[in-house]
Amino acid sequence: MTTPVPYEVVRWESETADTATVALRPAGAALPSFRPGQFAMLYAFGVGEIPVSVSGISRADQGLVHTIRAVGAVSGALYGLRPGTSVGVRGPFGTDWDLPAARGHDLLIVAGGIGLAPLRPVVVDALAEPDRYGRVNVLVGSRTPDELLYRAEIGHWSTATAAHVAVTVDRPDDRWTGEVGVVTALLHRARFRPHGTVAFVCGPEPMIRATARDLVHRGVPAQRIRVSLERNMRCATGHCGHCQLGPLLVCRDGPVLGWDRAEPLLATREL
Amino acid sequence: MTDSGRSAAVVIGKDGLAALVEVLVERGRTVIGPTARDGAIVLAELASAEQLPYGWGVELEAGHYRLRPREDGMAFAHSAGPQSWKTYLHPQRVRQWSAERGPGGEVTLRADSDPAPSYAFLGVRPCDLRAIAIQDRVLTGGTYADPAYRDRRDGAFLVVVECTDPGATCFCVSMGTGPGVGEGDDEGYDLALTEVLDDAGHRFWARAGSAEGAEVLALLPRQQGLGTVAAEATATAARESVTAAAGRMGRSMPPVSLQRLMAGSLDAKRWDDVAARCLTCGNCTMACPTCFCTTTEDVTDLTGDHAERWSTWDSCFDLDFSHLHGGPVRESARSRYRQWLTHKLGTWHDQFGSSGCVGCGRCIVWCPVGIDITEEAAALHAETWSMLESPEGGARP
Ligand SMILES: Cc1cc2nc3c(=O)[nH]c(=O)nc-3n(C[C@H](O)[C@H](O)[C@H](O)COP(=O)(O)OP(=O)(O)OC[C@H]3O[C@@H](n4cnc5c(N)ncnc54)[C@H](O)[C@@H]3O)c2cc1C
Ligand code: SF4
Ligand code: SF4
Repeated sequence: MTTPVPYEVVRWESETADTATVALRPAGAALPSFRPGQFAMLYAFGVGEIPVSVSGISRADQGLVHTIRAVGAVSGALYGLRPGTSVGVRGPFGTDWDLPAARGHDLLIVAGGIGLAPLRPVVVDALAEPDRYGRVNVLVGSRTPDELLYRAEIGHWSTATAAHVAVTVDRPDDRWTGEVGVVTALLHRARFRPHGTVAFVCGPEPMIRATARDLVHRGVPAQRIRVSLERNMRCATGHCGHCQLGPLLVCRDGPVLGWDRAEPLLATREL
Repeated sequence: MTDSGRSAAVVIGKDGLAALVEVLVERGRTVIGPTARDGAIVLAELASAEQLPYGWGVELEAGHYRLRPREDGMAFAHSAGPQSWKTYLHPQRVRQWSAERGPGGEVTLRADSDPAPSYAFLGVRPCDLRAIAIQDRVLTGGTYADPAYRDRRDGAFLVVVECTDPGATCFCVSMGTGPGVGEGDDEGYDLALTEVLDDAGHRFWARAGSAEGAEVLALLPRQQGLGTVAAEATATAARESVTAAAGRMGRSMPPVSLQRLMAGSLDAKRWDDVAARCLTCGNCTMACPTCFCTTTEDVTDLTGDHAERWSTWDSCFDLDFSHLHGGPVRESARSRYRQWLTHKLGTWHDQFGSSGCVGCGRCIVWCPVGIDITEEAAALHAETWSMLESPEGGARP
């Protein structure tokens, strides 16, 4: 295992009741640059280390942005870090979304819950160079309105860019006037040519499965549906064995992979 | 040293073996080898060759291990014991890094810097030599190398001893990993020995597989000189006894592509059968010389400003192994045994380019309920085969 490199927390923004976006800057030498879809191992001093995707890449100052949902000991400690404190970072690890390969295609970016975090840099990069791609669709599902990430930014994508942006929630509150239901229900209004589309899908596994199956049904080739998977990871360097999924080591062969490879593996229960 | 000089074979006696331990110790190496202790042949630091298990053999069966005296006084006529070399190369507990938190909250991280010991392993069985090569590929063969493993491994001197008396649970022939080793520089050993005991006496046919091996070999007293008729006769006797050992394997694997068998067996009924017997204790994974999985442990001192991260052996039989927020991926015993077996014999090929099993039989011996990997593979083979044969099963591929 390599040793983490210290990064300083320079910004902390609350997203939801249990989720925050933190910006990190190298305290000394920076790690090699990350690509959207890749992840870092973030070390909370004395508590532990967990895999977290990059939700933003600040190329100018070699900074990293992570959106962390506090679900346990380590994610809770990382969520609690405030500007001025430091974390240990290792990476970059894993495969990336490979947006450049989608040039000339319509883009379908489908996110569920915290799954929007690793997709955010894809949206940002795609919208920064709209001429490279066909129609850009961003479909976001959230359990409740309160759990929606990047609210202001989604508003901006929706109103100030040519992207088709749609948001749905499972359980609306009194103030919600938008769509209600699962994220796949947003597909019929998205604008894409199935054979000329690259899809990027991340969220809970059932959501990934439902979305990818729907897209295959609509004619999107399985290998052009890119999904990001999650498994327990202790090292991220292919040595701890925890992230195995059949023939894959998710830290090395994933987390992003084509649905053509992921589908048979996810179809086997408890693999 | 020329190549021919390296592979040159000589014959040493018990005094030569004693000298070998002395030479290795003098060269600053920690010599680890088999010794009879607490009713088993264990690996331990050897101060002298007298600690080798001269006159001890083992009786092995599924879930059964017993030390048995041998009248012939052989030193290496025993097969795999409860431990393997991973105890030394990939220890149970390793510190990965230390971290200090300064008064301003700034964190400094330091890689573990304990120097790697300089080991000499005496009595590495051919299957275990291949197991070390498998762990090499896993821990140093990919994009990232485990630096601590690499240092311990680079510094280790390996003395292989070929097998002439396989156990009832051995199946290295099926796995292509024993009972002998090849000759030359790319076999992965520094020295290879074959124990010979016949009318001409108790002796060891010895050859070097590396420059350092040749250097060490040159320092040992020879019983029979290079190229003599007597030495040739010993070499022939040694080769014959290894060939005979290959014919006396206690067990075997079904003679099919185990990788394909595993890939095609994910839905087999046999998993339910084995799950009803398996205690998910993980003994098999601890005993296995190739199992490499680890978990991590974070500790802090009383001040809270000094923290360390350790990695410790883990087992895919542990429920926490596949823990995700929301519960384990592999909850049933069925899925955990299936993960172990299909990884060992199948997906290991996809991940690391070889099988993860060398046929040492440890998992069979040390399973408290005697679950036998060869029997499970055979049952899966029979089930898949009968399914392919049956009218509903469709055509055979
Ligand atoms: C490639 C990848 C990218 C991820 N990106 C993000 C992200 O951008 N934002 C975010 O909030 N979360 C992300 N996660 C999930 C995050 O790693 C887990 O929520 C976190 O590991 C939970 O650890 P814990 O100690 O807080 O929880 P506990 O439940 O206390 O977990 C105990 C241990 O189990 C392991 N573990 C538990 N849940 C998970 C899990 N879901 N995934 C992997 N290991 C787990 C961890 O090693 C942890 O130390 C990602 C996971 C992966 C694999
Ligand atoms: S799986 Fe069993 S027989 Fe194969 S190498 Fe491991 S312990 Fe030995
Ligand atoms: S196969 Fe045997 S040794 Fe392995 S976990 Fe099951 S009961 Fe334990």
